[in-house]
Amino acid sequence: MPTIDPFLLRALAAGIGLAVVAAPLGCIVVWRRMAYFGETIAQASLIGIALGLALQANLTVAVLLTAVAVALLLISLGRQTLIPMDSLLGLLHHAALAAGIVATASLKGPAVDLVGYLFGDVLSVTTADLYWVYGGGAVVLAALAVLWQPLLRMSIHADLAAAEGVPTEAVRMAFTLLLALTIALAMKIVGAMLAIAFLIIPAIAARPLATTAERMALIAASIAASSVVAGLALSFTYDIPSGPSIVLLMATCAIASLALSQSHALRALMPSK
Amino acid sequence: MDAPQTHDHGCCGHDHNPPPELNPNALMSGRGLTVTKSGRTLISNIDITLNPSEIVTVIGPNGAGKTTLVRTLLGLETLSQGKITRKPGLVIGYVPQRFEIDRAIPLTVARFLNLGLKKSPAQIAAALDETGASRVSNAQVAELSGGELQRVVLARALLRDPQLLVLDEPASGVDHMGEASLYALIANLRDTRKLGVLLVSHDLHIVMANTDRIVCINQHVCCSGHPQAVANHPEYARLFGPDAARAFAVYTHHHDHTHDLAGAPLTKPATPSLYKRSSSPTAIDP
Repeated sequence: MPTIDPFLLRALAAGIGLAVVAAPLGCIVVWRRMAYFGETIAQASLIGIALGLALQANLTVAVLLTAVAVALLLISLGRQTLIPMDSLLGLLHHAALAAGIVATASLKGPAVDLVGYLFGDVLSVTTADLYWVYGGGAVVLAALAVLWQPLLRMSIHADLAAAEGVPTEAVRMAFTLLLALTIALAMKIVGAMLAIAFLIIPAIAARPLATTAERMALIAASIAASSVVAGLALSFTYDIPSGPSIVLLMATCAIASLALSQSHALRALMPSK
Repeated sequence: MDAPQTHDHGCCGHDHNPPPELNPNALMSGRGLTVTKSGRTLISNIDITLNPSEIVTVIGPNGAGKTTLVRTLLGLETLSQGKITRKPGLVIGYVPQRFEIDRAIPLTVARFLNLGLKKSPAQIAAALDETGASRVSNAQVAELSGGELQRVVLARALLRDPQLLVLDEPASGVDHMGEASLYALIANLRDTRKLGVLLVSHDLHIVMANTDRIVCINQHVCCSGHPQAVANHPEYARLFGPDAARAFAVYTHHHDHTHDLAGAPLTKPATPSLYKRSSSPTAIDP
């Protein structure tokens, strides 16, 4: 009986753990329209990789610290009103990516294979990485359980939530930190370029299938986890990159789900939107 | 009355009414409220008092600072100058102006109403009943019409058991008939629950008959007092134009039937108290 490659096992464990954590977070990113914000943090993390390699520090820590720093920078820059947030993110997201690529290319020593950092390197998931994913993931899920209801209220109507006494600034800050943490964790599996996709695509796929916010998160987690399993299976069988395979499967689910929800014939079968 | 001095901000610049006396039962009072942002003065030196069992309507032209005033009173804007005093333990029910629910959030009315409020299904049903929105309790919030959504948001505000209800342009997005019955509902809430009500209205075309006081602002208070007194005030006519005084009337329309929320006619006649005539039309004389 063939034994499962331990690399694959670790990849599966990391991917599924991440999928379950990323799904509810992704729902909130979609509701709060923070996809572009998250994208900027993810791509700026490349700078963290460069710094981590240069200083020979733990890369996950380096990425995490960079992600947090960039998130806080974005929040404070977002307070000025001259340039809309959208344009600001457009500026920073590309600048950060360019800076990260230049920085990693400039490192002394053997050439750094950027592809792994950009699109994930699931085969290199170590046991230490698993501790990060499950430990960090547990922190994120616990915090999210506390923040879920205030975040939902703020997503529905920010002023109403504030007028009713929700501490919006603190919640927003806490959520941004959780997002930075999850993006840092996702980079190993799917890389900087696809980290946000891993969060939001399952949420988008779940939307037409859900009648409540909580069910949307659960359905998103199921879609994400199954895409991880199928994506890794495909990737190992056909020797194609795993991060993009997983994301491609998630995207297929999303497109199918959205198309089905538009189809009149099937609308009667689906739970009402 | 002294001849009004000329200032270039479309208002006499003096409030000929002294600020209302400080009522010890007042729910909230603001003195000298000023908000400036990026060098622009949004509201300046506004005095306002909100008492129980009283409806205060804030009116003013576009850009007058009505929404800023409301947001400041709710604690959503920082005061540059002035002071707000709140009755201890004051609970405010807020019905905001713009309420477009993002379709990306799947949310039923029932869930929206118990989000963050620990209320039993019975209490939720009672609140929906009170605002006339029982029909929609299982609908998705994103699929509600403007009028239905207003009533649901009002139900949520009432569920918090407030002493003060704040409604920012509740009539926007609601049709003509819906507007009148919404105002009647608010008057009823003032009477049955002894609520203080702060209403912001952009639309002079219909202002409820049951408004107890009007505060007319254009960055600062131009005139305030009983609706009839304000309508007769020359500064009001200057601010809104001579036709406005005529428009400042109650919508009196005698129906032999009413409509449900969806607009379909019901055969029961409207209760007479919904449509009150304001005092003599001859008082309105530009």
